[in-house]
Formats: sequence, C-alpha cells, structure tokens
Amino acid sequence: MKLARVLLEQIRRHLEAGYPNEACGVLLGKDGVVTEIAMADNTRTDSARNRYLIDPLAYLKIERAADQRGLEVLGIYHSHPDVAARPSQFDLDHAWPNLSYLIVSVVKGKAVESNSWLLREDRSQFDQEAVTVLD
Amino acid sequence: MAIKVTIPTALRRFADNQASVEVQGKTISEVLNNLTRQHAQLRQHLYSDDGKLRNFVRVYVNDEDIRAKGDNAPINENDEISIVPSIAGGNLAKVDPVVKDRAKLTNEEIKRYSRHLILPEVGVEGQERLKAAKVLLIGSGGLGSPLALYLTAAGVGNIGMVEFDTVDFSNLQRQILHFTPDVGKHKLQSAEEKLKAINPNLKFTPYNTKLTSDNALDILKDYDVVIDGTDNFPTRYLVNDACVMLKKPNVYGSIFRFEGMASVFAPHLGGPCYRCWYPEPPPPGLVPSCAEGGVLGVICGIIGNIQANEAIKLIIGKGKPLMGRLLRFDAMDMSFREYKIPRDPNCPVCGKNPTVTKLIDYLEFCGIGRGGEAGGTSGDSIVDQKEEGLGPDDISVETLKKMRDAKDDFVLVDVRNPDEFEISVIDGSVKLPLPELPQRFKELPKDKLLAVHCKMGGRSARAVNFLKQQGYSKVKNVAGGINAWAERIDPNVPQY
Repeated sequence: MKLARVLLEQIRRHLEAGYPNEACGVLLGKDGVVTEIAMADNTRTDSARNRYLIDPLAYLKIERAADQRGLEVLGIYHSHPDVAARPSQFDLDHAWPNLSYLIVSVVKGKAVESNSWLLREDRSQFDQEAVTVLD
Repeated sequence: MAIKVTIPTALRRFADNQASVEVQGKTISEVLNNLTRQHAQLRQHLYSDDGKLRNFVRVYVNDEDIRAKGDNAPINENDEISIVPSIAGGNLAKVDPVVKDRAKLTNEEIKRYSRHLILPEVGVEGQERLKAAKVLLIGSGGLGSPLALYLTAAGVGNIGMVEFDTVDFSNLQRQILHFTPDVGKHKLQSAEEKLKAINPNLKFTPYNTKLTSDNALDILKDYDVVIDGTDNFPTRYLVNDACVMLKKPNVYGSIFRFEGMASVFAPHLGGPCYRCWYPEPPPPGLVPSCAEGGVLGVICGIIGNIQANEAIKLIIGKGKPLMGRLLRFDAMDMSFREYKIPRDPNCPVCGKNPTVTKLIDYLEFCGIGRGGEAGGTSGDSIVDQKEEGLGPDDISVETLKKMRDAKDDFVLVDVRNPDEFEISVIDGSVKLPLPELPQRFKELPKDKLLAVHCKMGGRSARAVNFLKQQGYSKVKNVAGGINAWAERIDPNVPQY
C-alpha cells in the first residue's frame, strides 16, 4: 500500500483525537495508492475502548460516493489504544478480503507505530504488507 | 426476474470485478443463493461454515436491512440488493486495571516486593493496586489453597474466603494451605493462620457459610475479583450469575483426575460468561466429583496458580487475559490446549435479553433434589447429605447395621469401582460396579431386599433408580455410603 505522508499524518491525528477509544475510517484511492481518507464514526457504545464498528449504511454511503468519483475502497484504518499495532483475533474474525487493514497503536494519546495487514484468502490469518509513505 | 445486486469493493474480485451483478430470484435468499452459485468464491466470505450469513455481512434491500423482514421476504423487480460490510474489529487484549485504587507501600513492603517492583509491567503502580485489591475466594480447598498462598505472597491486600468445612485427613493430599495438625480445625482458621504468617498486613475476611442465593450478592458486592475454586455445578452457576449481575470478573478453574481447566469470565469486559459456554448443567451424576473420581493433587497447584496469575493480571491491568478462551491442561500428556469460547448473544444471563435477572434456586436448576435423588454427586461443599435427611428410598447406616445384626435376608450391593474395593469394603457385600450394572443386574435376586451402597451415596442412588426401572421393587440406597459406615458404625473401615 502506498500513501502520502500528509494522509498518514491526518490518520494519526484522527486516531489520537479518538483516544482512549478506538477510532476508524476508510482508505480510498486507486491502483494501490491511497489518495484520500473518509473518517467514520465508531458506533460501538458498549466497549469502544477495544472495539470499533462502522455503521453499514454509513459505509455504503462512503462506497457509493467513491464509486461515483471513480475511486475504490482500498482499506480500513483503526487504532489500538495502548496495545501493539497487530491484528487481534477479533480483527481476524471480522476481516474482509482484498482490503488493507492499517492499524495504528496509540499509546497514552500519542500515535506510535503503524502496520498494515491483508487477510489471507482462506481467512486463516493476516499477513503484514509493506506501507510506502510518499513524501 | 433479474435483480441487481451491488458488490462491495472488497468482494468484487470474486465477482469478475463487477460493481454489480444481475441475479435471478423471487426472494432475498433465492437471490443470494444464486449469487453464490454464480460466484462460488463469494460464499466463504458471506457465509460461515454452518451456512449462516456471517455476522459482519449486512444485506440491504434498497436502504433497508433485511434482518427487519427476514431473508424469505419477496422482492420486486426494481429493488436493488446491496451487500454491505459491517466493518468491525478491535482488540480484546487490553483491559483496564479492575482495581482503580492504589495503596501506598511502606519501606518494608518495598523490600518485600522488590522482585515485582523491578518488573516494569508491575512496578510501584501495579504493586499498589495489588495492595488495594479485594479478592474473594470461593472455597479454601484444592484450588483455594494455592490461590490464597500465592495471592497473599504476591501482596494482595484484602482476601475474603467463603468456607464452611473443617480440615479432614483426605484434604491434605492437595489442600496445601492445611497441615496435619490442622485436621479437625475449621478451614478458615487454618487458612488465616498460614496467610497471616506469610503477610501479617493481610486483611483477611472469613465467611463461615455456604455460598447461597440469599447471601451471594451481599458477600460478593465489595470485591474486585471473584475466584471460583468450587467443585460443584450449583455453586459454579451461582458464582457466575452473581458475578455477571454485579459486573465482577470471575476467574474460573476446575480440576478432575488428571485434567484441569481455567478461564476468565467477564461479560462487562467484553468476554463470555460461564453460561455462554455451558448454558445448562449436565444431568446430575454424569460428571463425577473429585470425591468420586479422584484427582491428582498437584493439578490443584497448576490450575490454582493459573487462576492466581489471571487475577493478578486483571488487578494490575496488564497482559492478555484468559478471556474468551478456555485453557485445558492434561497432566498425562503434559499438554495445554486452548479453546475459544465465544460470547453468546442469547445467553440467559449476559445476553441482550437476559431471562435470568436475579439469583435462582441452583440446586433445583442443577437437578439436585433436596433429600432425594443423586444427592451426593455434586461434590462435597454444597450438598451435605447428613443435613438433607433421608429420602423415601434411603436407609441409614444405623438401619443397615440393625439389619445385619438381626441377620435379615437381604443382599448388600457395592456399586463402587474395583479400585475402590481395595481401599475398603463392608464384609459380605456383592461387588457390582455401576458401569457394569446395565449388563449384569440380572445377577441380583428380585425377591430379596437389596441395600445398595457406594462411597457417599450418589452413585448408589443412581443404581437404585436404575434397578427400580428394571422392575426391582425392594431396593434401598445406603445414605452416606461406606464413608458414613466407617464414620458411624465401624471405625476399622478406613474413610477416603
């Protein structure tokens, strides 16, 4: 996955602002290059500190708008407050194929490492993918 | 009729890279079936192995979620079906410390806990939480012993203990909190002496009672963590339900023969509860207690310390709790296996629409009659047979003695396992282990009175029920079994 540094910074600021809860959004672009992000609300009210959920209708709207503009949904980003930027079992159980899952670890309100992951086609596990930051 | 189905970007690769496809069908389920027939790779991402739509797949007709109408609802020609990802995730690993307070350490305590303090994950902060922590142990037996010793040593400042029993010789093989000179002493007193010797600053709160539906909420309510070290189903369900209602983490452990299991139940922290795993207890007698089936003593230390480990992690809020996971240990294989326990959204206690909202009669729930059938099978800490009185099919060991002395014409049948015959026997008994009874019961005469006994009365009660079903009318259960005989009639017979 490739994305511009300014977009990565936008993502990090968004996820820091959501701390201590998990925050999330959608990565849009074309041909493996993220060109914009769509912030989404984490609609989990019960355990937002370790769960996120994008309302399906909100997601549908983001995807429709992207389709109309010739963009694709390339992936999802979300934060892991105070834990490592590695996908959890829960992430795996709920993952979609062909999407990049960008996870950013936010420790004490500050975004630290970020890693991106792809679901294996047999749903057995995530594989880490390279993230190229374009200046 | 062809219906337009829009495919989310993530799945387009499995649908020839199309954003939408036309599919035949008159109902939503027909359309989805035809869709996954045309594009087979879609199936594993839309449906789980049991053929249900995955819970993160939403299907909309126009802008309406189909769950509102069900997937057999008819559709019209101009309707558009959209498959929409419900994008979800998150991590279960992190939990906040369940103990919010901190209690300052004295210089003596800083020295005492120095090996903890230099661990960054514990540190002064974690140790101060441990000191402020209030942990309730249900039982001071096999699991409660190592739990109490290690948690006290680790610096847990407040320990409550629910126990009504006294120390018995048969406890010493595994209940390492109690020593030989303690036999006959109340377990709470024995426990307090040992724990205070480890840490004189410990605040120890004894509860000399059985845990019941009437007192459980009151006892549990002030504690941060509850640890279930009981050996029977009624108490296990009682502890679970009370913990769910009070939002207390329940650190579960159980042991049997050469095996043990542990898990953390805490729906309020995102995990399942015991009932998500076992909604209902097994029939009475199906799962023998340790008193009937035996247990290798060291298993208590292994499982009890896993529980202590999990309690400490919850208190200091570090690591990945054993939540949503069941750890099973096999001492013979020397292997640990982990099983997933998903949360059940329809759980009667912690689900979305709970039907159990106050504590119930757990003896009845577990099918354990009061003064009747299968009384002794649930372990020895909640059902005390001597107190339950005799049921209609029971005879006391005193009556048995009188019948023998009077040389009545009856047959004494011992339904214990062959290994147990080597420990103790009542002279003149016919040995017929319960598992062999269905094949061998015809060896028993129908015209004579049969008095059936086992170790404590549980298995023999089942044998009596079985024999009555086979047409035996004169069958009696020797209440309390050979142990009661040894205790009250013949001191030369060993108790075990």
